Amino acid sequence: MSLDPGFWALQTLNALQLSMLLFLLSIGLTVIFGLMHFVNLAHGSLYALGAYVAAAAATVGGYWTGFFLAPVAVAGLGILLYSGLIRRMRKSGPMAQVLVTFGLIFALLDLTRIVWGDIALAIELPALLDGRVSVFGIGYPVYRLFIIALGLAIFTALAMVLKRTQIGAMIRAGVDNDAMAACLGINVERLFFIVFCVGCALAGLAGAVAAPLLSVTPDMGLQILIPTLIVIVIGGLGSLQGAIAGSLIFGFVQTFGAVLAPQLASVLIYALLAAVLVIRPMGLFPAKG
Amino acid sequence: MLDLQSVASGYGETQVLHGLSLRAEQGRVLAILGRNGAGKSTTLKTIMGLLPTREGEIAFDGQKMGRTPYEIARMGIAYVPETRDIFPSLTVRENLEITAKRFGTKDSDWTMERVLDLFPRLGERMENGGTQLSGGEQQMLAIARALLMNPRLLILDEPTEGLAPIIVKLIHDKLLELKHQGLSMILVEQNFGFATSLADDVVVVSKGQAVWTGSAEEIRADEAAQHNWLGV
Repeated sequence: MSLDPGFWALQTLNALQLSMLLFLLSIGLTVIFGLMHFVNLAHGSLYALGAYVAAAAATVGGYWTGFFLAPVAVAGLGILLYSGLIRRMRKSGPMAQVLVTFGLIFALLDLTRIVWGDIALAIELPALLDGRVSVFGIGYPVYRLFIIALGLAIFTALAMVLKRTQIGAMIRAGVDNDAMAACLGINVERLFFIVFCVGCALAGLAGAVAAPLLSVTPDMGLQILIPTLIVIVIGGLGSLQGAIAGSLIFGFVQTFGAVLAPQLASVLIYALLAAVLVIRPMGLFPAKG
Repeated sequence: MLDLQSVASGYGETQVLHGLSLRAEQGRVLAILGRNGAGKSTTLKTIMGLLPTREGEIAFDGQKMGRTPYEIARMGIAYVPETRDIFPSLTVRENLEITAKRFGTKDSDWTMERVLDLFPRLGERMENGGTQLSGGEQQMLAIARALLMNPRLLILDEPTEGLAPIIVKLIHDKLLELKHQGLSMILVEQNFGFATSLADDVVVVSKGQAVWTGSAEEIRADEAAQHNWLGV
């Protein structure tokens, strides 16, 4: 089977699709951490919430309603979290932040359980994204191609904003040295708030996009958390290149590991993580040189 | 212009300033001198809000000083730290624009053209990364970036540290130019000659307190004070 080009094309597309999903999640988390040294373990729960909002909205108004509503709703929750909890915890150190956001995972998990129950939800795809098309001689689901395209589009958009705009320069300056950025009259706290909201919206979007692919269950946020953390540790904290590189590495190792060496697949990514930590403890593309 | 009244401050559990008072006057240059560990840099960090004022008062133009570095910068105080703190992810141009675009208007005193007139070398390196510069160029960039805030008070921490004598001379001349243009400055400096030739007023700090206050001429003439407090 491994000589068949169709097999390689299929697995490559699968790997890309997984990578893009992880990228949508990890970019928010890594920039929030880079900018403010704030560890938000509940980021995965926001993704689960996005999936639920999308599923609920889809039953009323169809897939696209959920697709657009989920990021907005999750960003809204992000604003609540920020003003209720996170702003107060900015100076309380990583241990307290980890504990509080870890607790938040379970609070949000049970909340989704109370509202939506334990049964997995499913979303129907719109006709436009349903079915298969032929790429590289294989039939491949349109929806997965859509995820790849969406991930690439968002990566390109974020790269442009970070590289070319004034707010992008301010974010890079804040990640480099937040104290100096503040001394130069940049309102780092407001910048953090904006980045936090965008990160939440992207987590919500990732949930909405993942919902039709995986079944929507309360613990999907927990399941995605470890991969997301691995991505940002491999990639290096705080940088866009790190998030995309880490996502691609994770996606490819995970996908090809599972088909080429199934016995090793579950160990492979952790071995890679360990290797990166030994050779480049700051990750491959850390924001702070 | 800037008043510190019995200020106490420090890092975590360690208190460094023990009731320090000093005063910087409008249109003049104040040099803060003292031995290593006397609390000079701590004084500047406290003024900038990077360290909390635990006791005492800081006032700027009669107004109570802001609490955060952001508010303090907005009041018109620019800071050039000892480590220069050029943003490595930003080009030289972006390092300058980050203040120019936020503080500059059409009729600002300091514009991009004017800082590049002051430091022509930066003009040749606009697209370089912030950390590809030499130490001297980084210092010029840090000063240029601060000037683009159009500050009413410029604070410099050890501007000559680690620089070659020819660059020290250049920085000295540029700062003298700024002084003649009437910019108020506070300067922390180990280099006694550099500091006293720029400064109008001098305050000597020891163990977190001001122990000597006077003019630059007076400290140059007062060998006992130099010996006691500075080890010159």
